[in-house]
Amino acid sequence: MRWETGLVVVVIAIAIMGSSLSPQFLTANNFFNLGLNNGEIAIMALPMALIIISGEIDLSVESTLGMSSAVLGVLWADHWPMLAIFVVVAVVGALAGAINGLLVTRVGLPSLAVTIGTLALYRGIALILLGPRTVANFPTIYTNVGIVAIPHTDLPYSIGIFIVLAVIFAIVLHATPFGRSIYAMGDNAEAAMFAGLRVKRIKTTLFIVSGVASALAGVLFTFRLNTAVQDNGTGLSLDVVAIVLLAGVSIFGGKGSIGGVFLAVLAFAGLQNALLLTNFNQEATGLVTGGLLLVSVFVPNAAMFVRSIRRAVTRMTRRMPSEPALSMPRKDT
Amino acid sequence: MTATLAPHREPGSPAPASSRRLADRVFRIREFGIVAVLVVFVAVTASIQSRFLSSTNIQFILVDATIFALLALGETIVVISRNVDLSVGSVLGLSAFLTARLASNTHGLPLPLVFLAGIGIGLLCGIVNGLMVTIGRVPSLVVTLATLYIIRGADVLIVGGGQVVPSSYYPSFLTISKATVAGIPDLAIVVAVVIAGGAYWLRTYRSGRELYAIGSNPDAARLAGIPMGRRVFTAFALSGAIAGVAGVLWASRYGTVDSTAGTSYELQVVAAVVVGGVAIFGGSGSVVGAAIGALLLQTINSALYVLGVSPNWDQAIAGFLLILAIVLDRLISLRLTASLRRRSARRGA
Repeated sequence: MRWETGLVVVVIAIAIMGSSLSPQFLTANNFFNLGLNNGEIAIMALPMALIIISGEIDLSVESTLGMSSAVLGVLWADHWPMLAIFVVVAVVGALAGAINGLLVTRVGLPSLAVTIGTLALYRGIALILLGPRTVANFPTIYTNVGIVAIPHTDLPYSIGIFIVLAVIFAIVLHATPFGRSIYAMGDNAEAAMFAGLRVKRIKTTLFIVSGVASALAGVLFTFRLNTAVQDNGTGLSLDVVAIVLLAGVSIFGGKGSIGGVFLAVLAFAGLQNALLLTNFNQEATGLVTGGLLLVSVFVPNAAMFVRSIRRAVTRMTRRMPSEPALSMPRKDT
Repeated sequence: MTATLAPHREPGSPAPASSRRLADRVFRIREFGIVAVLVVFVAVTASIQSRFLSSTNIQFILVDATIFALLALGETIVVISRNVDLSVGSVLGLSAFLTARLASNTHGLPLPLVFLAGIGIGLLCGIVNGLMVTIGRVPSLVVTLATLYIIRGADVLIVGGGQVVPSSYYPSFLTISKATVAGIPDLAIVVAVVIAGGAYWLRTYRSGRELYAIGSNPDAARLAGIPMGRRVFTAFALSGAIAGVAGVLWASRYGTVDSTAGTSYELQVVAAVVVGGVAIFGGSGSVVGAAIGALLLQTINSALYVLGVSPNWDQAIAGFLLILAIVLDRLISLRLTASLRRRSARRGA
């Protein structure tokens, strides 16, 4: 069974569970809220999927989000024009990603260590920029982006952006040589290099894309809450990684799809929302996110586990009638 | 990938003695480097602001660094085996709250029992992590990232909006972190002994050496017949138990405990370990280095405070130091491999 098929079943199950918990679950209004609360995470999950498929990881996305939010806040408080701020924020995001990418590819450091470092560094920069200050007087044309639906639909802007980006990412990943090479280097970086793929350049590009997407998420996050504070987005990296792994992307690289990411976003958002409608302590939703993450890595392993036990059992029963077990043709993968 | 050279002598290592000595020297330089940075930092800060070297301030630094160094000890054991434990902050939080509540609800409970409870809570978390990593065959990064959130979530559910306040403890609980001998906190002495014990174990005992072997080259370790599952499991159990003890100390040190105790400590602990010269991909590094790394980070935080630099800078500096440390390690190991290759080429010619 394909992973995505399983995800469709999970999404349907969550929809049934949610609507039985509360009649409000399957309403347009609730879908709007559900999308609103998960738009930024969904946007960051797209480049994260590419990075993990390529065999790396980026834990710094939440801090890039926070740093962009802080830059936005500080510059707005300094009366910069909003369009100029957008350009600066995009550049900040690209720089943040480029630093990650260059340290990983050119210096040759493990991305896990690098992005744990920049997770602290970028958050630290947000702290230095804003301190205990809050900037909250953003104009309504912009904050509306965070609370009003796209005209004639029930979709929040962030989800609209996510859908457009998801289509672009899906085309790039699944239908271009660039996308295929991401799988190749995730499967075997050395072989990919010897096959002439520019592994370092492509990985650096992916980190830059991740930085820019996180900066975009930072802008949306700030407008949605109408506040820039230094701890905006704390803890979101795990949500993003959890979604990507739930999507069937292998943590070892080389496997996964954007369709999976789309379904995983639905499952994740649906589950969070169902919990919101019950009286579950909101601070404790990490319990569910963490559990989801574990389930998504254990299920494929469980299949492997069962297969290896079954193989051991058949080998043992075959050995009984004095037939050498090793002479069997091996067809397992 | 990165340096796969063990810093200390592998029993029966076939490497020529001279190159082994060179490797040894380089890693000793690495540890010496952190100590030098620490000394320079203390000297500069003290010359600007003499208050920095007052006995109260030193005691504060030592007690805070002690908790970090303890966590760094557990983390080092795990990292050496090419794994990572990101759940230590959450384990500390859970243990801190539960033992604090124990110490404030049941007066007259002997202190060792409180510590035992802390160890038990931590051990349980560590065992769960270890089982999932070894039997479940899930990468430790994913497992402990998940338990980081799950344990914190459980903590929030247990604590709710409540907190334990210092006035509710019996007095001896709070004095654990305050008692001193000749100006040095008892706690620092005890932890120094524990770290020395840990260093001795990793350096000389078979089970300790095997952790380095597993971290250097897991495939080779498996072929060599090292019981990998058991060793890695032990590393996680130890890390959990140590985080449990650190939780008790945290409660005693800070007094007020709510559901946020120890949040994002894991990053600072990983930073301390890496700054202390432990390779993030395993196989190299020492417990003593990690402890000095913890002391250095704590000293920097305190020095910034004393110098009047806003605490807003702490996190950025910790992040910057972490990156600087891994970049330096990378450069050192590149030069080391290059010079080893030159040596063996010369000998071959």
